[in-house]
Amino acid sequence: MGIPRLTPRPLRPREASPVETPPRRTQPASEPAGVRVRVGSRLADELFRYAMIACGLSVAVVLGLILYELVANSTLSLHQFGWEFFSTRTWDPANDVFGALPFIYGTIISSIIALVIAVPLGLGVAVFITEMCPQGLRAILSFSTELLAAIPSVIYGLWAIFVLVPILRLYIEPALIRSLGWTGLFEGPPYGIGMLAAGMVLAVMVVPIISSLTREVLSAVPRNQREAALALGATRWEMIRVGVLRNARAGILGAVILGLGRALGETMAVTMVIGNRPEIARSLLAPGYTMASVIANEFTEATGRLYLSALVEIGLALFLVTIVVNALARLLVWSVTRGVPARVHAQ
Amino acid sequence: MRNNAPLRRRGGISWSRRLKDYFATAMAVAALLLVLLPLAAIFIYLVQRGLGSISWAFLTQTPKPVGVAGGGMANAILGTGVILGIASAIGVPLGIGAGVFLSEYGRNRFGDAIRFTADVLNGVPSIVIGIVAYSLVVLKQKHFSALAGGVALGIMMIPTITRATEEMLLLVPRSVREAALGLGVSRWRTTVSITLRTAAAGIITGIMLAFARVAGETAPLLFTAFGSQFWSAKINQPIAALPLQIFVYAISPYDEWHRQAWAGALVLIALIVGTIAVVRLIASRGMMKGTA
Repeated sequence: MGIPRLTPRPLRPREASPVETPPRRTQPASEPAGVRVRVGSRLADELFRYAMIACGLSVAVVLGLILYELVANSTLSLHQFGWEFFSTRTWDPANDVFGALPFIYGTIISSIIALVIAVPLGLGVAVFITEMCPQGLRAILSFSTELLAAIPSVIYGLWAIFVLVPILRLYIEPALIRSLGWTGLFEGPPYGIGMLAAGMVLAVMVVPIISSLTREVLSAVPRNQREAALALGATRWEMIRVGVLRNARAGILGAVILGLGRALGETMAVTMVIGNRPEIARSLLAPGYTMASVIANEFTEATGRLYLSALVEIGLALFLVTIVVNALARLLVWSVTRGVPARVHAQ
Repeated sequence: MRNNAPLRRRGGISWSRRLKDYFATAMAVAALLLVLLPLAAIFIYLVQRGLGSISWAFLTQTPKPVGVAGGGMANAILGTGVILGIASAIGVPLGIGAGVFLSEYGRNRFGDAIRFTADVLNGVPSIVIGIVAYSLVVLKQKHFSALAGGVALGIMMIPTITRATEEMLLLVPRSVREAALGLGVSRWRTTVSITLRTAAAGIITGIMLAFARVAGETAPLLFTAFGSQFWSAKINQPIAALPLQIFVYAISPYDEWHRQAWAGALVLIALIVGTIAVVRLIASRGMMKGTA
């Protein structure tokens, strides 16, 4: 398919100057032994190239396979419920009635809570490390945030169950109920477990993603933008705001969206603290359920074929949403880290 | 405009601008502290609760039934090793191959498409990959298995290793390749013995980071490896895994199991942080200095 188009562009013709080519052609004529070697190695070269292309294609094949398997295993539910699957809120495995709305709601709300907390923190950390940090501290700080990203989801969940949830139940949630109870967002008994706890754990997990990508984007902003702002008499903050952040807007948005992608698909830590109740409640303190956690909790118990199919359909929806979100984020980040020189000259 | 730019005011910067500057700095520092707080809290709790529960028995015995004190997670540690072995056998060759393709043959549209696909695959939720491994392996075999878990984690390793390999190969100077080709070495030998060799330290770094990333994955193992209470290293049988065991114990109502969950978490984090520390060491010594 795409392979014939590749053949005209091997490395050698571009690397070797045309002057060098003729001797190579005349050489075999005088040394017949050399001909066989060249033919053999050319065959090996071709085989190697095709093997590498096959490996490259495997990435695309895997993605295609994921989509195929998800669709193939959810047809039953797709036919049975159609679009109503995503707009009804009854989840009743005993009677084979499945509506995914509570899970979609839970996924969206917990991700929003996570972003509300994580975006300012992630941006603050990125700005501090790239623009304000003393040179000596930089390595340690970037290693620390990297470490935060390396902690597995279960360990976040474990920590949240035994440390974060009790703190929420005893101190933070009662305070929220007293001060902000009138908004209706913080009502009901302070269980500790619930949407708020899930959002907070997600926030901790998303911060390193946002901050590391933002750092990448910020350091792609050309130095002369900063120098220009400073030369005009800007304070450091004004330089960051006008010279750096404004130029990196698209990339920062990309980083935030990539964080969103991670929050939407995160499973274990959320499952451990969200309460796993398929209901839609206005209060953020109430237990909820997410798309990823319903799959994690019920997949092995799903006895009926329709039940399993409905769970796979939730997986399919999650897959499609994260694909779109990730593709969008990548394009935004690339637009900054790649297109910088062009844009600067255009201005 | 350039030459007529107004000169800065003599009196310097006004107090309100200076105040704003201080305020912004203070906010950034506060953000940093708020982020480092949970990191510190997690490590302190892990060490404090985990160290007390780790014992020789924990590292050498299999789980005991509820109510019986003692027992350990030795089978889960072994199981994690088996699953990661299978995952590496799948993910490492494919990932390196795809990385070689991208850097040596993929400087074109087709390569861009594959590069983009790899980035997108990297963002697919792990639980979704678990479903796919379930339908590809478990449904065909009719039972849960270590192989299914390995397939799931192997798929997750591919994009990380691909991009790391590509990045490292691109760092190898063009002149090195040209020197080999100029000596009459064939293209594939140049790639395998010269280019890959030169970038080996960086590629190993990438592989170990991918390894550390999937080592703690739990979601895709729930319905592939499934977990087990017994010694097993068979790839066709359900197998225990450290993260799975931590999850099951953490949500159980028993104090004894909670203790063991903390101990398991400490072992897991030691494995992961240890890997990353080794990576840092390699990175700071090899040719990749400054890039990792």
